[in-house]
Amino acid sequence: MRATVLVRPKPGILDPQGEAVLGSLQQLGFAVDGARVGRVVDLELRDADSRQARAELERMCEQLLANPLIESYEIELAQET
Amino acid sequence: MTRPEAKPRVAVVTFPGSNDDRDAALALERLGAQPVPVWHADGELPDVRTVVLPGGFSYGDYLRAGALARFAPVMEAVRALAADGGLVLGICNGFQVLCEAGLLPGALRANHSLSFVCRDVPLTVERTDTPFTGRCEQGQRLSIPVKHGEGCFFADPELLAELEASGQVALRYAGESPNGSVAGIAGVVNAEGNVMGLMPHPEHAVDPLTGSTDGALMLGSLVDATRRATAEPAAV
Repeated sequence: MRATVLVRPKPGILDPQGEAVLGSLQQLGFAVDGARVGRVVDLELRDADSRQARAELERMCEQLLANPLIESYEIELAQET
Repeated sequence: MTRPEAKPRVAVVTFPGSNDDRDAALALERLGAQPVPVWHADGELPDVRTVVLPGGFSYGDYLRAGALARFAPVMEAVRALAADGGLVLGICNGFQVLCEAGLLPGALRANHSLSFVCRDVPLTVERTDTPFTGRCEQGQRLSIPVKHGEGCFFADPELLAELEASGQVALRYAGESPNGSVAGIAGVVNAEGNVMGLMPHPEHAVDPLTGSTDGALMLGSLVDATRRATAEPAAV
């Protein structure tokens, strides 16, 4: 089963990368008022049960993929075929 | 006949990507300690009461600086030593590892400037009653170099208030912070006071040849404390 984890800097936390990207986009003439830069982790899971997989993914995020103090995360499970 | 006093032993961990381990060992040796090199894959520490996690880019700083190093086999032993009252000092990447491991509060993020900073910075000593700052004076100004891209210490308002109230801020940047750290925090200790992390590099400030020798005050404090810690059990 495939899963994608999106990790973002928590709202309210200054994101210097996002600020730099925003500045560059504005310089290019794009009408952009905000940019935040996060991280995407694509995973290939051995587990086929989606409930179990979600629980596993939560643990992965808490233990490694995100730092809960500064980052939020979102889990997307691929539709089962 | 007097036996020459044994040198206090200090473990210095090398992770893949550490690059200040040898400087840390050399500085400790010159300050009277016997540095003991330890490899990250070692499941246990040698017979020591003090361990230093040096600077560098452990595991390539992949994911987040320090995030992967905290799972190194040696970290279980470091955790156990800290829980047992042993002394743990994390310098730069070592500080990042200790935060990621939950042995120190807070997190280290990319510098506000997004630039790597490498220069001497002025610091103020906020605590002198720790094993890492015993040779310093309260409020003393130190000049110690920093060299990092991710040294912006972050704590949310709640955690920051807690750290300030419990006096866990041991070291602050004097004047403008080089990285955007909250409250100008350069170094923190845990609640028990036996684990410290700091972004500046005391091991690079021990020889007049390269400028300031203020780093020797900090590492010398650690050597003093290690000597006391290792002498105590023998006295029992």
